[in-house]
Amino acid sequence: MIYYAGRRLLSVIGVLIAVAAITFVIFYVLPSDPAAAACGKSCSTERLAAIRAHMGLDQPLWRQFTDFVTGIFTGRTMGSGQYTLHCHVPCLGYSYENNQDVWDLMMDRLPVSASLAFGAAVIWLVLGLSAGVVAALRKDTLTDRALMVGSVAAASLPVYFTSMMLIYGVIRIAGLLPYPSYVPFGDDPLHWASNLLLPWLALAILYAAMYARQSRSSMIETMAEPYIRTARAKGLPYRTVVVKHGLRAGMTPILTLFGMDLGGLLAGAVITESLFGLPGIGRLFYGALSSGDQPVILGVTLLAATFIVIANLVVDLLYAVVDPRVRY
Amino acid sequence: MALTSTVAPAGSGPWQRARQQLGRRASVKISLVVIALFAIMAVAAPLLSTLGGWSPEEFDKTAVDPYLGGQPIGPLGGISADHWLGVEPVTGRDLFARVVHGAQVSLLIAFAATAIVVVAGTAAGIAAGYFGGRTDAVLSRLMDLTMSFPSLIFMIAMMSVARDVNRIVLMTAVIGLFGWPGIARVVRGQTLSLKHREYVDAARVGGSGPWRILTRDVLPGVAGPVIAYTTLIIPGMIATEAALSYLGVGVRPPTPSWGQMIAESVAFYDTDPTYFVIPSTCLFLTVLAFTLLGDALRDVLDPRGSRT
Repeated sequence: MIYYAGRRLLSVIGVLIAVAAITFVIFYVLPSDPAAAACGKSCSTERLAAIRAHMGLDQPLWRQFTDFVTGIFTGRTMGSGQYTLHCHVPCLGYSYENNQDVWDLMMDRLPVSASLAFGAAVIWLVLGLSAGVVAALRKDTLTDRALMVGSVAAASLPVYFTSMMLIYGVIRIAGLLPYPSYVPFGDDPLHWASNLLLPWLALAILYAAMYARQSRSSMIETMAEPYIRTARAKGLPYRTVVVKHGLRAGMTPILTLFGMDLGGLLAGAVITESLFGLPGIGRLFYGALSSGDQPVILGVTLLAATFIVIANLVVDLLYAVVDPRVRY
Repeated sequence: MALTSTVAPAGSGPWQRARQQLGRRASVKISLVVIALFAIMAVAAPLLSTLGGWSPEEFDKTAVDPYLGGQPIGPLGGISADHWLGVEPVTGRDLFARVVHGAQVSLLIAFAATAIVVVAGTAAGIAAGYFGGRTDAVLSRLMDLTMSFPSLIFMIAMMSVARDVNRIVLMTAVIGLFGWPGIARVVRGQTLSLKHREYVDAARVGGSGPWRILTRDVLPGVAGPVIAYTTLIIPGMIATEAALSYLGVGVRPPTPSWGQMIAESVAFYDTDPTYFVIPSTCLFLTVLAFTLLGDALRDVLDPRGSRT
């Protein structure tokens, strides 16, 4: 187990280096003028000169890359003379649009994205898994049909459609809730939840539908296994068989999916956050797209990749706990 | 479709049976009709917009009310005999023409990206499964690596950096780049289970080279799951294209695409909801139809396995 964890950790580092290399290529090699790209759409000549000095574009490419990677672990001092800028650990660059360190910008907004992701995850797991398991246990009944038709339809709804319907129906027409504005959990948990309720629902509907479909097929497959028949044959109550034998094996494939999805959402749900006006990483990213703030786009890309890779690692290690057949 | 290409006389071949099973499902018929409708719409876009009387980029200032902030004149976003689906607020561009041309862009990108994904994924999967050893190790690593990327964010990043290339080609390539490992895994698994079947051994003993075995014996064996999987990834491709255009990194205005129309309509959701509903409904119906068709195809062509 420890050997396995160590090996996986090494491969995680490998993947992260690959991710850093590819992001580097995207932002430093592809654009015709990386400094102008980093400077964004509203850029003065003086600013551009400073950025040229910061990015070290006169250095050979390999040197730029090693500076970029070591900067993440040790921080870096960019430029010289009047253009000196210190970027602290982990240095993911400097947003010239916001006059702020990219890392600080993202960390300010992480709690919003994390609140959105975790809250939505709770809702979609409860809805999606219970719908999927119920449908699987009542395969080919009316309940099953209705649940599956509903989830195919819900999975086909683009997230902006659900979001806009919620905004229009609940906020505009019914006036049940105010337009969301983020309240930190520490300040007022109740307002935190009521403001996030609609964004949670908008995200959760889509994911719940996908999880219902997935968990239904996984559960049907599991319930057809010989060991389930054995458990039934030796006289265990149906309930025990479903809960103890069926769910455990049936839900393992869901774990992989969940790791990917949650990891991806932690770095921001771009569309949901911008529609509901939540100041999370996704909205930061969206803003950076329209103002051409490349360092922020780069930072969020790296952060998202890191979350996904770590989530995958955690899931792989959890597998051994959940599924006794998995041995490392 | 491949279903019609293999004709056996008595209706007893595997493809015949598959077709009979599919024909019995109402959902298959409905989704095929919807898909055909949108496909015709995309192909005949110029013709249809001529029939409607408006080109997608033509402004009609008489259809909007300048004193109400450019609100369309008339009920339901200005739906009239002149403008069949109403007009865009402010500019007065004809929504029917834009939706029809948007279908062309959206479906073209989705289908082209799917084609890249299927060809690359099948080739990689067959090679990894059949040759095994180092080929398999390298390709499998590459699949793992690609799959551990936050693909949407990477696509956005790439689209936002590259500025002076054909957006449609670039978008197709970028979507295709991140899509191939899924199908490669399915094909690899299927190939592994096929390569030691007796008929493949027989072909090998009979002196067939690897190329002949792969194309004549293995490829037909993986065709079923590949067709099912292909149909199931198309909705994802359409949704990805829409999301990229929605975020403003897809096709550039004035070229319409559904995602971009939805993004523009969000600002008017309060005053002109019809503008939002029309492209959203098109997107929803297309995605739904492909998902239903894909589900049915998977049930029939790939009853077990390849589901992870």
